[in-house]
Amino acid sequence: MADEIVFDGRTVPVLPGQTVAGALWEAGIRSWRTTPVARAQRGLFCGIGACFDCLATIDGVPGQRACLAIARPGMVVSSRHDLVGAASPGTSATPGPPSAARYDVAVVGAGPAGLAAAATAALGGSRVALIDGAGQPGGQFWRQRESMGEGEERGYRDWPVFAGLRSIVEERVDHIPNATVWFAEPGFVLHTTAGRVEAGRVVLATGAYDRVLPFPGWDLPGVVTPGAAQALLKGSGVAVGRDVVVAGAGPFLLPVAVGQAAAGVRVIGVYEAGDPRGYLGRPGSIVGVAGKVREAMAYAAALARRRVPYRVRHAVIAAYGEAGVSGVDVARLDNAGQVVAGSVKRVTCDAVAIGYGFTANLDLALMLGCATRVSADGGLAVMVGGEGQTSVPGVYAAGEITGVGGATLSVVEGELAGSAAAQAAGSSDPLSGRELASLRRRRRRLRAFADAMHAAHAPPAGWPVWLEDQTLVCRCEEVPYASIAAAVTDLGASDARTVKLLARPGMGWCQGRVCGYATAELTARLCDRDVRRDDLATYAHRPFAAPMLLGDLSRPT
Amino acid sequence: MAMSQPRSATADVVVVGAGVVGAACAYYAARAGLRVAVVDRGPMAGGTTGAGEGNLLVSDKSPGPELDLTLHSLALWEELGSSLDADAFELERKGGLVVAATASALETLRTLGTEHRALGITVLELGPDDVHTYEPHLRHGLAGGASYPQDMQLQPMLATAHLLKAAVRDHGASFHPGATVTAIELDHGGRVAAVRTSSGSIATPAVVNAAGTWAGDVARLAGVDVPIMPRRGFILVTEPLTSAGEAPPIRHKVYAAEYVANVASEASDLQTSAVVEGTRAGTVLIGASRERVGFDRTFALPVLRRLAAQAIDLFPFLAGVHVIRAYVGFRPYSPDHLPVIGPDPRVPGLLHACGHEGAGIGLAPATADLITSALVGAAPAVDPVPFTPERFAVASIAGEANG
Ligand SMILES: Cc1cc2nc3c(=O)[nH]c(=O)nc-3n(C[C@H](O)[C@H](O)[C@H](O)COP(=O)(O)OP(=O)(O)OC[C@H]3O[C@@H](n4cnc5c(N)ncnc54)[C@H](O)[C@@H]3O)c2cc1C
Ligand code: FES
Repeated sequence: MADEIVFDGRTVPVLPGQTVAGALWEAGIRSWRTTPVARAQRGLFCGIGACFDCLATIDGVPGQRACLAIARPGMVVSSRHDLVGAASPGTSATPGPPSAARYDVAVVGAGPAGLAAAATAALGGSRVALIDGAGQPGGQFWRQRESMGEGEERGYRDWPVFAGLRSIVEERVDHIPNATVWFAEPGFVLHTTAGRVEAGRVVLATGAYDRVLPFPGWDLPGVVTPGAAQALLKGSGVAVGRDVVVAGAGPFLLPVAVGQAAAGVRVIGVYEAGDPRGYLGRPGSIVGVAGKVREAMAYAAALARRRVPYRVRHAVIAAYGEAGVSGVDVARLDNAGQVVAGSVKRVTCDAVAIGYGFTANLDLALMLGCATRVSADGGLAVMVGGEGQTSVPGVYAAGEITGVGGATLSVVEGELAGSAAAQAAGSSDPLSGRELASLRRRRRRLRAFADAMHAAHAPPAGWPVWLEDQTLVCRCEEVPYASIAAAVTDLGASDARTVKLLARPGMGWCQGRVCGYATAELTARLCDRDVRRDDLATYAHRPFAAPMLLGDLSRPT
Repeated sequence: MAMSQPRSATADVVVVGAGVVGAACAYYAARAGLRVAVVDRGPMAGGTTGAGEGNLLVSDKSPGPELDLTLHSLALWEELGSSLDADAFELERKGGLVVAATASALETLRTLGTEHRALGITVLELGPDDVHTYEPHLRHGLAGGASYPQDMQLQPMLATAHLLKAAVRDHGASFHPGATVTAIELDHGGRVAAVRTSSGSIATPAVVNAAGTWAGDVARLAGVDVPIMPRRGFILVTEPLTSAGEAPPIRHKVYAAEYVANVASEASDLQTSAVVEGTRAGTVLIGASRERVGFDRTFALPVLRRLAAQAIDLFPFLAGVHVIRAYVGFRPYSPDHLPVIGPDPRVPGLLHACGHEGAGIGLAPATADLITSALVGAAPAVDPVPFTPERFAVASIAGEANG
């Protein structure tokens, strides 16, 4: 008999290792949460734990992210959110690593950057902990199902790199899985959902999640981020839809579209708002990064083979549907990023994967006081020196949080930061001077390439024009564009923090992870100025890196 | 909203600080016919006002000058509610509920209640079972409580914005965010002549120092000392618990009787006693700690833990509710815990409206009323003497004499 979970009284089959969201999606269930204000239906959106749209009550505990929870046979999942009278859970925190464990280096995040940092520091002889919220190492890039079949790794890029790092980590590093760091104290004490970890040095490699821009209908079930489509496929083996539109901006759209097509999905089109011909055609930016270009070309070829149209300077500007998305409006964009009049076409689909690059996950960096800057993609990033040192002594950063740049750059940065942290901890230098020099060179080249890429894939300037008064900007608090505009034009707000205080965007479950970038940009435009660091930072500062049950918070870890 | 640069402007009065106190002063003074300019180094409500809870309480105040000022202020808030649209800043007469865990705490509560009733305040004494009709989710085994239907709540940032908007739109005031006051210029007679800011000067015969926790710095620009210091407070915010239109699981502002003692406490170390209340957004706010640790914005986990534990002690169901954020603010306090309101005799033309500690939201309109009376030479509605800035001048001279 197949394994099953129960959702609102109905049985839903699950495959080993699937997430609750994955199992529900496979069963055709696209929404399982009702919003408090408009009583709208929501389900999967970001797919990787950042947006909190997919909350469900799981085995009596409300407020669980269905995209993160692994479906165990017999689990009872409910769309109801019964708070008062809900069985007060003893604690969601499971006993963690041997307490009072003190490490030379704690690495947070087991994606490409974190794995590389942990492996490098450990090779230098440091005592290293590698902490991650997921059960498996790999992060978003090398995300796998808990029990993956023989040969499944063929679908992954740079798998040998992962396998190499993983084997070092398995041998020499204390990997602490299923541990989300929710609070960080100087010194350093990391409070995780699996207990506390102390370390003399910290390497933050907390990655990024998809950056989204609002548009009418983006809150319909079936409109998800590219990361969600990818996580569904890699993590749960589930296709996001039957007829899928992939849209937004950035090179990530390509592997997402190829992945879906390879899984047998009809990809109706890939609509890229930018124009990558810009940097792919500029040899200067390509020196030393031939691999990156080959990668893009290979994806483009794979799309062409499957006859998936790839349209540059096109954007999805609206989505339609009743219970879920059933179609989108696609428009052509001019050189200034504005919709070309008369170019709008209706396209039928049952899922949309849309995103405009990534937002760095800066919770812990900001909590520890690291200085930030506005990076080439217009988002916030941690300021780092050549070896990943942040402005806070003892704290290093690597990967997407230093400025989005992809997995290859993340590995390079992880090695540099891991080596620096190990050295600072008094271990021997894991890398030779020659290796270091070569890593620094590669980092420079890859960073230059990333900057060129960001310029070519910038969010189209015209996106605020697509909004209608009632289009939600903040999904969690259900704040429409009209309220954001009124905070500025009627109440006189002149910065994004004041907009937040007056209109509540960013105050919901996700704490601005989803709406922060858009709200900061909208505020700046309504005030007729460029976005500033403080506009972005106001939506990135979070006293807690994850929601905590008050019961758990009240008990010392 | 019009926001011109102050460049060589003139005004009848310059209000320094666009927190709730400054905004109220601007509104009352402009309504009285004065040409008002409000300057702030940041945006509106960017100081302590943006970190406050918005309770307008009589229940936590012992009889004395602050309670007199509060009663006047709450009446003014209700008036403002009808003239400015109470709904726009979520003004709600939700009522306060004070609960006592022990017989001795109840005893103290009863004594305070008797004093309150003598002043005409409505206080309902509640037995151990009565408290649950008010708040069904309170824990069992409490000794009793007291209900204060006059306690109100509002959203402080929206209230500030609406006061400023009305001052600017309806009464000709101007608001200049991002203008840091760098000097207060005096004429030969030592009277206020102008306010210099990072974006221009404003010639004026009067300055209202409504700079909250930073009011001491502004006073020093005029060469006087006003002893205002920060008292840090954290607030926890839960996930939204209710949908629009649903009855919130916590209906009143609920706190333990010990809170009253903490508010008035002289101790500099940490005090916490949970104050729990629902908001219109469906969240539950859990405040508030009191600590004198300067302007340290670091979230202190032990303090947050204690607030959480105390809230759960009042409402056990909260153990299974998520906290999604927290915020920090610095209450402006003076040595005798009373606000500093009125003209400073040392510098003619300088008035103070600061030092409201944990009650500035509640006290803002009455403060503005006193300031405006002083500016236009009208009779004050409440006795201003306990709040006069002189009290510290005298005290510090006496202090010096004593060594
Ligand atoms: C955790 C917490 C909970 C609270 N809860 C409540 C409550 O429930 N009810 C209640 O009534 N009160 C409460 N308070 C207290 C209340 O928030 C304050 O008393 C009140 O906000 C003070 O208002 P203000 O206008 O005086 O100061 P602020 O709001 O701090 O405004 C002062 C302004 O002056 C500006 N400024 C300073 N220096 C300069 C300069 N040189 N040039 C130009 N501008 C300058 C600042 O930028 C700031 O905007 C709470 C406070 C805290 C911390
Ligand atoms: S979208 Fe989550 S807080 Fe705005």
